[in-house]
Amino acid sequence: MTDLEKLQQDLTTWTTKVEKANEKYPERKKQFVTGSNAPVKRVYTPLDQKDFDYEKKLGLPGEFPYTSGVQPTMYRGRLWTMRQYAGFGTAEESNARYKYLLEQGQTGLSVAFDLPTQIGYDSDHPLSEGEVGKVGVAIDSLADMETLFGGIPLDKVSTSMTINAPAAVLLAMYIAVAEKQGVSADKLNGTIQNDILKEYIARGTYIFPPAPSMRLITDIFEYCAKNVPNWNTISISGYHIREAGSTAVQEVAFTLADGIAYVEAALKAGLDVDEFGPRLSFFFNAHNDLFEEVAKFRAARRVWAHIMRDRFGAKNPKSWMLRFHTQTGGSTLTAQQPDNNIIRVTLQALAAVLGGTQSLHTNSRDEALALPTEEAVRIALRTQQIIAYESGVAETVDPLAGSYYVESLTDRIETEVLQYIKRIDDLGGAVKAIEQGYIQQEIQDSAYAWQMDVEKNERIIVGLNKFQIKENPPKGLLRVDPAVGERQKQKLAALRSSRDQGAVERTLAALRNAARGTDNLMVPILEAVKAYATLGEICGVLREEFGEYKPNVMF
Amino acid sequence: MERKIRVLIAKPGLDGHDRGAKVIARALRDAGMEVIYTGLRQTPEQIVSAAIQEDVDVIGLSILSGAHNHLFPRVVELLKQSGAENVLVFGGGVIPEEDIPFLKSKGIAEVFGPGTPTSKTIEFIRANLKRPLN
Repeated sequence: MTDLEKLQQDLTTWTTKVEKANEKYPERKKQFVTGSNAPVKRVYTPLDQKDFDYEKKLGLPGEFPYTSGVQPTMYRGRLWTMRQYAGFGTAEESNARYKYLLEQGQTGLSVAFDLPTQIGYDSDHPLSEGEVGKVGVAIDSLADMETLFGGIPLDKVSTSMTINAPAAVLLAMYIAVAEKQGVSADKLNGTIQNDILKEYIARGTYIFPPAPSMRLITDIFEYCAKNVPNWNTISISGYHIREAGSTAVQEVAFTLADGIAYVEAALKAGLDVDEFGPRLSFFFNAHNDLFEEVAKFRAARRVWAHIMRDRFGAKNPKSWMLRFHTQTGGSTLTAQQPDNNIIRVTLQALAAVLGGTQSLHTNSRDEALALPTEEAVRIALRTQQIIAYESGVAETVDPLAGSYYVESLTDRIETEVLQYIKRIDDLGGAVKAIEQGYIQQEIQDSAYAWQMDVEKNERIIVGLNKFQIKENPPKGLLRVDPAVGERQKQKLAALRSSRDQGAVERTLAALRNAARGTDNLMVPILEAVKAYATLGEICGVLREEFGEYKPNVMF
Repeated sequence: MERKIRVLIAKPGLDGHDRGAKVIARALRDAGMEVIYTGLRQTPEQIVSAAIQEDVDVIGLSILSGAHNHLFPRVVELLKQSGAENVLVFGGGVIPEEDIPFLKSKGIAEVFGPGTPTSKTIEFIRANLKRPLN
């Protein structure tokens, strides 16, 4: 009898014994499931990993398929980048918050823009009423961007910008600010989110229809490969898909399906996969189910490595590596007993680190209530620092590798992700699947099922549906000064009257021409930005030429 | 026989977070109501005109961006101007508790914060309709 056969026999006997005892002392639940409703067995053994092949399935760290991590030494070499997403009010206020975070030991910047900026409207547009400076900083022109990064040397920091539909414009502004600081574009490090597909799916800050949106994205790929070689040209995001209610499997599946669509669009535009492939980056969520989340990150790396090598024939190992940013799960935070959120964030941050993230944002305890206060952000940053310096989890690579449970979860997620990708391929790819509403419907079904589970107390959320207390309304929440909108409008009026109007009109006309043809749009956008054309004017030209996306509304 | 309660769920402003709006829309539909969801980026004018056109009993507004103090009262104001005061308006989203008295003074009947069970919203609607169902 082989060892495994003997184990099988012993497991059968053991199970009979345990089930018998269960009749008297039953387990806590009839069925145990993960945070994403996948069944969890009582115990995982070598029988669950019969065909486990270390080099094939995991690979040494920094080796294909990168299940254990994309770098050979991971956090022994350098800790992940601690990057808190921040921005509110005017460029002056956000600049002060960035300087504070850098003083506190944060190692990268992450810019939050307000909704008008994200949707390509100036602060004086009627639809911007009430929204200016609320969920991020208001940027109308290069002048605001100069203030935002005033006193911050752009060759010394890496900057991530959560900007999608108008990503080309904000990237152009960043390049122009750097130039004024005497920093050339090839010295810049950072990321633009630039992921329009998940805007259609889950986040909502789209402007243009899919075809011109994909063109803008591939124009950025091409421009950066030549001029801004260290820039991450896209951050293909599962974060918002998960926030919209998806499961862990759906988060990975839909994100990688979007990734496939971007690679295909770039190939169709005539780019070489190994030219843009190494600059693709990803962005995932981290929820509370520690092991499932760790397995999710590991599975995502393995699946993407195979897609890039086997499906797209990439030759450069850097194209195979899935590098990602993580943010802890905003939707898991409760408005009830908000200090408990610190513990949730700790678990989620731990999952991201055990899962090998390249950078991390930890949410603040008060984010179910408002934008975070400075104190709340500091605790969130300290949470990362305690994990990094005190917990010991960063001292070895992929510490959960070989756990029967974690490897089984990783395998299951991989299998189910591949099933989804197959289904989306059959529908004609991610763009078609979005246009048909397939991806949105899958996510909405999961979101609704989760809500019903919580309402039936089948899922316990501490402080929400169990262990509740009577509480007083929270005090000291951050409020954005309502005068921001007025101040921003005044700045804009001053800009419009002082700039060289002829240069603005010339550069906008050149942009319109390029939009009608096939030239790379980054070049005329950069010229318009430097002439102090506003974001709304630039996006306005593109709106006229490209039209606007009309979603298919369903629930 | 009683007719069904008609509800418009709407997303005013530029905020794209509509998980909550869609969950509530579906829960109200499962509770037997007729529900219309506007989709994102609706102006107060568009919302009120949809409400009148669809002859709804209730409007549910959802905002997570912080623009509620500006946009919620505008919807109620426009309803009044259109002579549709008998439409019940409630709100939800990330809304600080200290803003709720102001919103109520502007005619928002109730505000449901994060973590509210859908059953509570359903009960609230049934108990507070401003038009008869038969």
